[in-house]
Parts: sequence; C-alpha cells; structure tokens
Amino acid sequence: MNFKDTFMNGEQGLFKPATLTPMQKLVLRFVVIGLIYYGFAVIEGMIMRIYQIQPISAIPDYQYFAILTAHPLVGIFGSTYSIVFGAFLFLVPFLMKKPLWSYKLANWTCILIGTGTLTFWLAGFFTHYAPLYTLYWPLPADFSQFNPLGGTFFVLGIALVMLGTVFFVINIFKTILYTPEGWEKQPSKALFLSAMGLSGMTNLFRKKENQKEHLVSLPVAAIARGTVDTALNAGIILFTGVLILVYLIGHQIGFDLKNSAVDALLYKNWFWWGLDLIADGLVLIFVAGTWYLLAMLITGKDLFMQNIARAALLLELVVSWTVWSHHLMSDQAQPGFLKVASGEMVTAFELITQGLAFFITLATLWSARPLKMTNPLKFLLGGLLGFALAVPAGIMQADLGLNRILHNTQWIIGPHVHVAILVGLTMTLYSAIYILFPIVTNGAKLYSQKLANFHFWAHLIGGIGMGAFMGMAGLKGMLRRTIYLHGEFNLYMILAGICGTLLLLAFLAFFYNIVMSVGLKGVIGIFTPSKLDEKVLVSEVEK
Amino acid sequence: MIDSQVVLNGQTIAYTSYAIAIILLMLWFGNKITKSGKTSNVSSTLFYSFVTLLIVLGVSLHIVTYNTIPWAKMDLDRKEIKADKVFDISMENHQFILPSEKLIINVNDKAMFNVTSKDLTYGFGLFRSDNSMLFQMQVVPGHLNDILWQFDKPGVYTIRSTEYSGPKGAQMILKDVVEVVAN
Repeated sequence: MNFKDTFMNGEQGLFKPATLTPMQKLVLRFVVIGLIYYGFAVIEGMIMRIYQIQPISAIPDYQYFAILTAHPLVGIFGSTYSIVFGAFLFLVPFLMKKPLWSYKLANWTCILIGTGTLTFWLAGFFTHYAPLYTLYWPLPADFSQFNPLGGTFFVLGIALVMLGTVFFVINIFKTILYTPEGWEKQPSKALFLSAMGLSGMTNLFRKKENQKEHLVSLPVAAIARGTVDTALNAGIILFTGVLILVYLIGHQIGFDLKNSAVDALLYKNWFWWGLDLIADGLVLIFVAGTWYLLAMLITGKDLFMQNIARAALLLELVVSWTVWSHHLMSDQAQPGFLKVASGEMVTAFELITQGLAFFITLATLWSARPLKMTNPLKFLLGGLLGFALAVPAGIMQADLGLNRILHNTQWIIGPHVHVAILVGLTMTLYSAIYILFPIVTNGAKLYSQKLANFHFWAHLIGGIGMGAFMGMAGLKGMLRRTIYLHGEFNLYMILAGICGTLLLLAFLAFFYNIVMSVGLKGVIGIFTPSKLDEKVLVSEVEK
Repeated sequence: MIDSQVVLNGQTIAYTSYAIAIILLMLWFGNKITKSGKTSNVSSTLFYSFVTLLIVLGVSLHIVTYNTIPWAKMDLDRKEIKADKVFDISMENHQFILPSEKLIINVNDKAMFNVTSKDLTYGFGLFRSDNSMLFQMQVVPGHLNDILWQFDKPGVYTIRSTEYSGPKGAQMILKDVVEVVAN
C-alpha cells in the first residue's frame, strides 16, 4: 500500500470500524480523547519548559499561571482518567465474562469527562482563573486576582468530570455485583467481599485446604479497590467545588462572603486528604492492578504470591486514607503527631506496598523466561522503573528533616511527580494500550515497529531526564510554581527542556503510528455509531 | 548546626547512587528475561527478605534523619526552646512587613521567625546569594507560623515567598535583608 492508502485506510486496510461492537468503539473513543488531552498537556508542558528558561513575552505571567493550573488537571482528568476509565470499563466485563452493567452510563462518562475538561481548560485559557490544583484557601475566592465568572465555569468543568467519574464508579461496582438477564443469581455479597480483598485477607490466616476461592480475579479486585478511592475523591472535589461556587456566585450577585469563615489549615487538610486519594490511592492501586494484569497476560501464568498481592492492595487502600499529612509537613500549625504518624510513618508504608507490587510483577515475569521483548513488556518494564525511581523520591521528601529544604522545590515536581506520572503511570498505560490494541480493533496491525521503539526510548529517556534535571535544580533551591526572570537555573532548565522535547517527539511518533495503523477513515469510524449489540464486548470477527 | 547544603549534598549522593543502581538492575532484568535460565522460580525466602528490607528502609530513614538533621528535633521541640532573637513578620497584599529594614542575627544565635498572613496562604523561605535554599515554611492565614533556626556562620540571606499566591506572588522577594554577623 502506498502512503496515501495507508493514511486513509490504515496499515494493510486491516482496521474495519464497521466490525466493532459499541463497547470496542467506546474504549477507542476514550483512548482518542485521552491521547488528545495528553497532547494538550505535553504542549502546555513544553510552553512552561521554555518559560522556565526565558519568560515568553507573548505570554503574560497571568496566562502562564493559568496554563500551570490547567496542565495537571488536563493531564490527570482529561488524559489519564479517560484512558484508565475506558480501559477498565472494557476490562471488568472482559475479565468477568459478563456484559457491562450500562453502556449508556459508560458513554456519559466519556462525554462528561471530555466536555468537562474542555470547559475548565477554556475557562482558564480565556479568563486566566489560576488558583492552581492545590486551591489553597482563600486563593480560589480571591477576586482581586481572578475573574469570578471564569472561576464559575472552571468549577463547572471540574464538576462535569466528577459527575462522569461518579457514573464510572457506579458502573464498575454494578458490573461486578449484578446478575445479567437470563443468568443464574450472582452472589453479590461474596463478590463484594472478594472485590474488596476481605476474603483474600482472611485466606492469609487459613490453612491451604480451608482457603476460599477468589470469586473476583486479582486485576478486577485492584480496579474495585482503586474505584473506592476514586469515589471518595469525587465526593471531596465536588464538595470543594460547591464551596468555591458559593463564594463565586455570591460575589457576582453582590454578596461578598467572609473568607475567614473557612479555616485555611482545616481546608488544606480536607483538600489534601481528598487529593491524596488520587495521588497515593487510586494511582498506586490502579497501577499495581494493571501491572498484575499485564504480567499475567504477557506470561500466561498466575501471579506470584497472589494472596499477598491481594492483601497488599487492601493495605494500600487503608494507607491511602491516612497519608495526607505528608503534604503539610511545612505547615507549622499542623500538629506534630500528624506530621510524624501520618506524614512520615504511614507514608513509609507506600514504599512497602509499592515495593511488593514491583517485586511480585518482576517475579511473575521471571517465572516465564524466556519472554519476547514485545511493546507491552518493554513499556511495562519502563512503568515499573518509573515508580521504582519516583516512590523513594517521595518517601525522602515525606521526612521532617528533608521536607524543610525540599518542600515546593522542583525536587517535588520533578523526580517525584513527573517521573511517577510520565514514566511510571503513562508507560504502564502505554503498555496496556499496546496489549489491548489488537483486541479492541479486531486485529489491526501496528504501522511501524521502528516508531514504537523510538516512542519507547524517547519517552523513557525524556521522562527520566526531565525529572532528573528538575530535581537537580530543586536541590539547588529552585522553587516550583514561580517564575525566574534572570536565568538563575538555566543550565538545568535547558537540559530539562531538551528532555521535554524528547517526550513531545515520542508522543508525536506514537500518535502518528496509531493514526497510520487505523487510518483516517478508521479514526472517523470510531466516532460513528455501531450497529452491533451493546451487550457484546468483542465482535465475532475477533473471537 | 549542620548547614542544610551539607544535608542536600548527602541526599544527592544517596539518591543518585540508588537511581543508577535501579536503572542498571532494570536493564539487566530486561536483558535476562529474554533468555532461558537454569531456574525460573523465585523463592519465597527472597520475597520475604525483600519485604523485610523495605520495612527496615522505610522506618530507618526517619530515625536516621531525626538523629542526624538537627533542625528536625528542634522543630518539634521549638515551643520549649528559648530563642535568642524573635522576629514578628506579617504578610498582606503580597508584601512582607518586617519589624525592621534588616534582620540582624548573631552567629550561633537561635532566631525565631513568627510569620502571620492577613489574607492568603504564602510561604516564607531564606535563600543564600546563589539562590539555594536555607529553609522554608508555609504561611497559612489565621494561624501562627513559626520557625526556629540556628545560624552557625556569618552570611546574608534573601527572604522569598515559597508558596504560590496568585500571579502577584511570584516576585515576593526581599533581597539580602537577613544578615548573620560575627559576635
């Protein structure tokens, strides 16, 4: 096939959108939306990388901070939530061999996350509402710096995403527990206990012959437990959004409410408790569950130390509810016992739970030697390396002594946050995309393996390199969330910018590879309605 | 008191060594799993040894830093320690309001910085002339934000807000306003 034919019809014309089920199309829509928003986040990231070297005169500082506010939210909600929710809405019914509880609700999740992200992004772009994702009170209600109308639309966008998230949570739990039409009655209670890991936990204390069978596979159990944190987080963010909205609307109709009515420290505790359900809860739990699934799919073997893995996921869930205080170690009014108990000690458990997941995944892969170095395997190894680098960096900053000289520096956002998200999380997601690609496309072929290899190395080196140079600048005192006007840290920022360029090139190579694999007609076909049954997950062509 | 730069140098060496080791380990692992080996099973002893190592590392990090980084203990006990100098500083409208034009501290003195905010959440940090950080804390409105620090050598420091407080807060810098002088 020549270039034009491949561009229009995909590699060897193998991708036929008409053969896709509604569920397959829905997953692909989630992925396309997720990748587009990932592109947004990468471009925003590059603008900020340039700004850190030399402020761009065409972009005033208030626009820069609006970008800084939108960037993590577009990355987490618009991109990661889209890809993860799409994959899990497909995988839970796929692994449980039963239809999704509600296709319509899943469709609404996709629409709400897509439009919600666009809404808050546009609000930030046009009105420069920029209280950052941390929203430290009373900054979100500071109308001397921010337009209240812009803030209202910003909060509305976030609320739409959270509503889509709530629909996802309902759909996942209903799918695990419900009895499909014409099926024998499903044991909902036993399924729930298995999904939450309670039956797995009790198995640890039973003799082998008395151990209960796991009704829910380990990846589904991980998805269920991560979904608990997703639900709690959605509740916190919705509540916070309503609180801010009351102030925003009050100001617009002429009633300025007293900012001091909300205690800033209490708010900070509340907010970080909720936000850590993403950062330290669902990310680590979802990632561990995805590692387990990928390791089992790649090797075709059972997971190493399965009962321990199940118990560790439950432990991680509890840990994620009690670690928030490591974000308040530089807050002198925060009680000392919370800093030590929650901030230091409980946080150290994340080294253990994530270390367990790391070891169990590697041991499972090792048990199946020799393995072919496929795209899913190499990206899985990249994801494992990302968290192996980022989690210890986080444990170091969650220390009373070290936090005093690391908090709010580039160390936090470089070796910890960006390496965790870009290398650890994103490479894990890429692994899942590469492994699911033939399943959800009914056997479409990847256009170029050379581009996939470039994608891997450019992303890995770019991600680790950018985090490393940001970290080095942080250790030299460079703050995050500010602007340096005189090139104080230019050596590190230029090197970080080069690594950021590698990340951008990696994404472009991947995007081009996927578009050429499915073709332009294929991309359009993903967004046209399917004529097949909503309850069928994968069409007969694939089976 | 040990200079915070010494602690940062130690951290740089420790983390860099770890990062190089884990990258090499993953490269070795990635190469090894593509080849046949004598044994493919991982022993449970190795697994439990690894878990024990993680527990020891997780707990010992904080014990080691608590006993080697002097400001960690001083921070928790600061209410019981008598400061040689006390500076009451307030922050409002993206401005620092200092008790005097310069804050003069004698070498080896323990100085207490009491910082309050009348509007937004800010940060309070002292920076050396090469832009590296000596220490920082958050400044939350409605609460007393206090930090005790012992200065063990002469120097000049810049005060800078270390927390985002909107676009106006990015340049909250008071250059060279803290002077530590020899007795």
